[in-house]
Amino acid sequence: MSRPLLLGSQRAHVGVDRRELAVCAVLLVAALGLGFVGLWAGDFPVTPGEVAGALLGAPFPAVEPIVYTVVVEWHLPRVVAALVFGAALAASGAIFQTITRNPLASPDVMGLANGSFTGMLLGLVLLGGAWAGIMAGALVGGLVTAGLVYVLALRDGLRDFRFIVVGIGVSAFLAALNSWILLRIDVETALFASAWGAGTLNNATAGAVWPAASVLVVLLLLLPWGVASLRQLELGDDLARSTGLALDRHRAALLLLAVALVSAVTTVAGPIAFVALAAPQIARRLVRSPGIPLAASCCTGAVLLLGADLVAQHVVPLTVPVGVVTVVIGGAYLTWLLRREMRTDR
Amino acid sequence: MTRRRFPLLLLVAAIPAAVALSLFVGSNPVPPGDVWAALTGGGDPTAAYVVDHQRLPRTVAGVVVGLALGVSGALMQAYTRNPFADPGLLGVSAGASFAVAIAVAYVGVTQPAAYVWFAVVGALLASLLVVVLGRPTDPRVPPTRLVLTGVAVGAVLAGLTTGISLSDPDAFERMLTWHAGSLIDRGYDVTLAVLPLLVLGGIAAALTSPALNAVALGRDVAQAQGVDLRRADALTLVAVTFLAAGAAAVAGPVAFVGLVVPHVVRWCVGVDQRTILAVSAVAGIVLVLVADVVGRVAVLPGEMPAGIVTAFLGAPVLVLLARRSRATGL
Repeated sequence: MSRPLLLGSQRAHVGVDRRELAVCAVLLVAALGLGFVGLWAGDFPVTPGEVAGALLGAPFPAVEPIVYTVVVEWHLPRVVAALVFGAALAASGAIFQTITRNPLASPDVMGLANGSFTGMLLGLVLLGGAWAGIMAGALVGGLVTAGLVYVLALRDGLRDFRFIVVGIGVSAFLAALNSWILLRIDVETALFASAWGAGTLNNATAGAVWPAASVLVVLLLLLPWGVASLRQLELGDDLARSTGLALDRHRAALLLLAVALVSAVTTVAGPIAFVALAAPQIARRLVRSPGIPLAASCCTGAVLLLGADLVAQHVVPLTVPVGVVTVVIGGAYLTWLLRREMRTDR
Repeated sequence: MTRRRFPLLLLVAAIPAAVALSLFVGSNPVPPGDVWAALTGGGDPTAAYVVDHQRLPRTVAGVVVGLALGVSGALMQAYTRNPFADPGLLGVSAGASFAVAIAVAYVGVTQPAAYVWFAVVGALLASLLVVVLGRPTDPRVPPTRLVLTGVAVGAVLAGLTTGISLSDPDAFERMLTWHAGSLIDRGYDVTLAVLPLLVLGGIAAALTSPALNAVALGRDVAQAQGVDLRRADALTLVAVTFLAAGAAAVAGPVAFVGLVVPHVVRWCVGVDQRTILAVSAVAGIVLVLVADVVGRVAVLPGEMPAGIVTAFLGAPVLVLLARRSRATGL
């Protein structure tokens, strides 16, 4: 058991677990290291010194314009996208799993992934495949679905179970619709759509990433406010209410935050699978905390998505969407962690 | 009691009706008289071919798949106490799909009848892996880790499956059809191939059902009542994986039936797990048969796969019932 580190006076303490701080520090170092690899690796030969020069300027020797273009305009947006998107997905997963107190919950329970895929398919089929149509379709599809689930499940407040079941129903309906649309359109279009549906960073260009990443950073900065009410929600509804939490309002605000996080990611990168589900569970096991650690979840998500994207780009011989690599790496790692946890329990 | 028995009687009456629909309705219009003649051994040869080689085997496959999914879904939810837990979760669906992807992309298998062996082996190997890796060490602890291991292993296999199918347009097309879940061209050979699995799974389900009510009260309570939790868990796992593997091998990964049927049934018949199990079996059969029939005529001249129709029919029912006040948690 690690001792909580008390910030400020003992009386009004904000407990931050020492182990969580250590885990976050290690993950951040890993993220920086992977980020550097992401900036440097590619078809165009760049030296590590040139990467530093292009990125930081002054103390390092000046670089040629082409190097600047490769590092800052091509590689940097993708690296930033992987880090910020990973953190955002993990945060939304942590919120959903804490609110529903269910390790299988993720934003997908509100039909977000299937809904944005439906929207993307409709945008693709009806608007003829322009990126603007695809992105708008994904954004609108996800938000409309989340809104629909919320409205359908809202009767006497947000009762967890009803919410979950309505989410399952709406999600399954849209999954069937997607599968039907894919069967009806020609194979090439379906193949393109499916690659997008797995989640990909191939479209993470500067023009798309900077607006989405700015929105996400602002949303992620709202998270510390949510941590306290999440800790109270973990206690269960009755206890949370007795600690003075306006339960339904907090829950609704947190859900809105989680939905906004996922929507911004999905608009640019498609419904990247599994980060939202796996990152909080991996982080929980790394920190060995009873609840889901929010900060460590974000760091785990960032490292997981960036690592997966580097593997997808540079290790796998075929071009596969990052979502495919994410589920394989994330799934294998989670399996290993669960296995180890079982051994230590014995 | 009468109110509780009523849905069961209604459903039992619905099975013959669904079977009749499945025999008399199809995209290939055959007059009812000719169908009857074909069933009683005679009549027009074309009608006889349609009935004997298409509709009858398909109906048998639908009954088998619906039964297996209903029972395994009810067992899975009683066992995990998790409303998200569909019977394919313990590696069955992902394993079957992965094996079929390999068969389609690298072995050159093209007929659904030949998928069945790959699907069975893939499903059983994957769920064996999940159980070996995530098996609870203490039977009094809820099997959360087992479920998570199922999700994690399933994710790895699903990722590999997607990777394989995205890299090969032919395989991609076949996998799209497989994933949708269908009863098209499922002859007796396909159903017979999985029959031993389903019988064993059914026996295990019957053996474990007396313990389900005690387990539903909590695992500590069940142990205090003298339930042998290890035996009950082992039987449940065998039943769930065998039945779900059989269903997936015949029709593809139709997860939704196993997920929606037990929820709806529980809200209609109450909390007795044995009743839920029995009624889920019946409701599963009716849902799959009706969905298959609707799929045959909904988008003429084409067919809509049964897996897709089950979600189109089942999802609105699930949402409507969940909105009623009687809908309760597990």
